Amino acid sequence: MTDFPNGPDAQFRQFLAEGRFMLQLCGACGRHVFAPRVLCKHCGSDRLDWVAASGRATVHAATVVRQKPEKGGDYLYALMDLAEGVRMISTVVGTPPDAVRIGDRLRAEIDDTPRVVFRKEGAA
Amino acid sequence: MSMDLRSKAAVAGVGLYGLGEAPGETHMEIMARAVKAALDDAGVALAEVDGLFTTNMNNLLAGPSVAEYLGIVPRVTDATNFGGSAFVAYLQSATMAIATGLCEVALICYGSNQRTASGKLHSPVEPQPYEAPYKPRNPITAYALATARHMHDFGTTRRDLAEVAVSMRDWAQLNPDAFLRDPLSVDEVLAARMVADPLSVRDCCLVTDGGGAVVLVSEARARTLRKAPVWVRGFGVAHTHKSIMEMPELTISPAAISGPLAFDMAGVTPKDIDIVELYDAFTINPILFMEDLGFCPKGQGGRFFTEGHSRPGGRLPVNTNGGGLSCTHPGMYGVFTIIEAVQQLRGEAGARQVSDCALALVHGNGGTLASQATGILGLER
Repeated sequence: MTDFPNGPDAQFRQFLAEGRFMLQLCGACGRHVFAPRVLCKHCGSDRLDWVAASGRATVHAATVVRQKPEKGGDYLYALMDLAEGVRMISTVVGTPPDAVRIGDRLRAEIDDTPRVVFRKEGAA
Repeated sequence: MSMDLRSKAAVAGVGLYGLGEAPGETHMEIMARAVKAALDDAGVALAEVDGLFTTNMNNLLAGPSVAEYLGIVPRVTDATNFGGSAFVAYLQSATMAIATGLCEVALICYGSNQRTASGKLHSPVEPQPYEAPYKPRNPITAYALATARHMHDFGTTRRDLAEVAVSMRDWAQLNPDAFLRDPLSVDEVLAARMVADPLSVRDCCLVTDGGGAVVLVSEARARTLRKAPVWVRGFGVAHTHKSIMEMPELTISPAAISGPLAFDMAGVTPKDIDIVELYDAFTINPILFMEDLGFCPKGQGGRFFTEGHSRPGGRLPVNTNGGGLSCTHPGMYGVFTIIEAVQQLRGEAGARQVSDCALALVHGNGGTLASQATGILGLER
């Protein structure tokens, strides 16, 4: 196991900067956790290992935040169910915010921020 | 075997001040005037207060700040910041302190000038690194997500949400202290400006000034009051998450934990409750809480309001002061649920008085459906 100089929070962002979307998997109970943390929220173990996220997700709930065009216009703020069994706040790119529905199937990507965003399966 | 805490403390007095707008007054001044009103109502002197239960949106060290301002040296202080549910949660810590003899007179108090000071909801700045990149507008974006999921899972509609807002407004029209008293229709709510779908501006609580205070006393002290005591029959406190991202189920709040704890302690069931005072930060809150507290089956909360049961003359009045949606919402609303319940139980609620009112449920909400506190107050021990 690699010794990281930073805590899990900094490590998550370092992975993102490298273009990698990583999640923590508990070596004791076999469940994933998110947000990054030191102790497994399911069993309390500190044996949390970084694994690559599958990137597969569905929309658990979504809201369109209404905003004047001069302030950037409407945008989507959503809660995603990741295939690993954790939830993550994110947004959907490549689809108008009003056209995103609960249950839509998504694929993760990393944008220029960098942050994890999602695109509807089959969307350009 | 744990100590029986049922009816080990009683509400001796309640006080309100500056609901709506109190221009030119600080949060502490508003709070202190509510404290004065509550002490006068109880017939208790400030010098008798030996337990302080307070938090607010302004003071990081709310306990020392409030005690200093009031000039008291409490034996017990709880300034836990659960969010707006804190004041209902203090029914638990204050009763514990009274029952164990650590204090005899407990003061729960709050004040805010957020409307006249800034004109918008004042929220403490705390980094949310896993939400911030996606531009949350907390708290509304979190509540919008829970609302969207409830609609998806149970068929709840925007019209159901609007019925909640209208029910609160119907009550507010009977309350001279309520900030918004104009008639409100379902169609007006449906036509209101959208903020975060499916929530419009009329689905959101007010931003007002206001202060509230509650004086709790021991059983022995309660026997010497000039007014009949209102007993703290039961309470429960629970929190399951802070970020909406880690809420176990968006449609089940921790009220599903705090409620049964309170009912068990009080030895009553939802059928026994005469009035319900809920923290209605958004129109989805009363729907979730009526379900989670056992007043209707999961998914039927919208129907409960649409059928009119909560309104004046309904079989189970909810938020008889007009709630956070139409009466007052000075950042943290929890204390006002207790105050309204006590006024109703004592028969002091004027035009909005509910007849045959002996047992009330109060329920506080904090953060993004995160912390929940339930209390059951009654005229009988």
